[in-house]
Amino acid sequence: MVASQKEKYSMTGVLKPNYPPYVCLSKDSIKQIGNTPLLEIRNIYQHPKIKILAKAEWTNAGGSIKARPALNMILNGLEKGTLKKDKIIFDSTSGNTGIAYAFIGAAMGFNVTLVMPENVSKRRKEIITDYHAEIIYSSALEGSDGAMRLAEKILNENPEKYFFPDQYGNEANWQAHYETTAKEIYQQTKGMVTHFLAGMGTSGTLMGTGKGLKRYDEKIKAISVQPDASLHGLEGMKHMASSIVPTIYDESFPDRQIDISTDDAYDMVDLLREEEGLKVGYSSGANLCAAIKLAKELESSDSDSEATIVTVFADSTACYNEYL
Amino acid sequence: MANIKIPSPLLKLTNNESEVEISGSNVKELLTNLEAAHPGFNERLYDESGSLRRFINIYVNEEDIRFLDGENTEVKDSDEVSIIPAIAGGK
Repeated sequence: MVASQKEKYSMTGVLKPNYPPYVCLSKDSIKQIGNTPLLEIRNIYQHPKIKILAKAEWTNAGGSIKARPALNMILNGLEKGTLKKDKIIFDSTSGNTGIAYAFIGAAMGFNVTLVMPENVSKRRKEIITDYHAEIIYSSALEGSDGAMRLAEKILNENPEKYFFPDQYGNEANWQAHYETTAKEIYQQTKGMVTHFLAGMGTSGTLMGTGKGLKRYDEKIKAISVQPDASLHGLEGMKHMASSIVPTIYDESFPDRQIDISTDDAYDMVDLLREEEGLKVGYSSGANLCAAIKLAKELESSDSDSEATIVTVFADSTACYNEYL
Repeated sequence: MANIKIPSPLLKLTNNESEVEISGSNVKELLTNLEAAHPGFNERLYDESGSLRRFINIYVNEEDIRFLDGENTEVKDSDEVSIIPAIAGGK
């Protein structure tokens, strides 16, 4: 980043008085992270006693849910003193966390370098480079696991050069959702939430929001959503059984798991656009498929109780290639 | 014989060989012969109607066959053919 840009961002405000003087972040940017709307699915699914709601996470600054953990991991690094003025923010990503690091880095005055699989959406690459972040490409054949391995190799060659948030292993990732996403969902549903579902990349959304909701009411169910096969097209989601399992993921935590096929998720994305007017990404389609599957199970069970099922729509189609 | 590059999630079908040599004059023939040599590819690459799944991208020498001649795209000896899912997980 050039000096004039740093000065420009420095004029917009300081986060907290105790941060080092070079750390400045636009107050407007930080206000735009979190406190997202909770939308009710009204047309695709209707039932008198069961509601399906989704957090509109694409409304976060940076365009995805990943602004929450990215900001928290960066603030945590500043508080611990591991992120210093001369460090480059460096991590592996398949896109959304990378975009979040890139825009927060631009706003704070840090350089950002990201390792991404070569087959990530062209649009995501463009957004990241627009923020002047550097991208190092890993093999498209090896997916996000290949990006993780390459990042580790680069980091080990020059550990002093980088601040490595390590989104797959950083407790501050899931804690962002514990402190913000869970609280918002509980307040927005007035405590009526009964189930929370989310697909998993790092697992931070499910682990943090799930734990956070159980803090309010331990009867709230946390349900993981996964692709039904190792070879899938659900950008941002991991098929855990065939992937490097993130350190922050505790497989004993979810109350259950629902598997969704790529084709069903893609069809649901079309339906969301046509029926609800929402242009959301593929993981959102998978999450809603799983929510409807759960709702139908609850309908057919003997239980006559009400249910409020909440999930997240992590991003919008703004981050994807036009032909997909 | 063309050289087919295999994505990580399908390596178990080729005994962990990340590249396999397969003969065929076009992509369709190549994938048919790949299935014969290493059974299991078809059900993962094709949907019930026999079309390549929407998230499967096939490249011949780094050119997406969607922008060439689809599965009829010609393949010559020593061409490199890559099977790449839209993305394979992680944020």
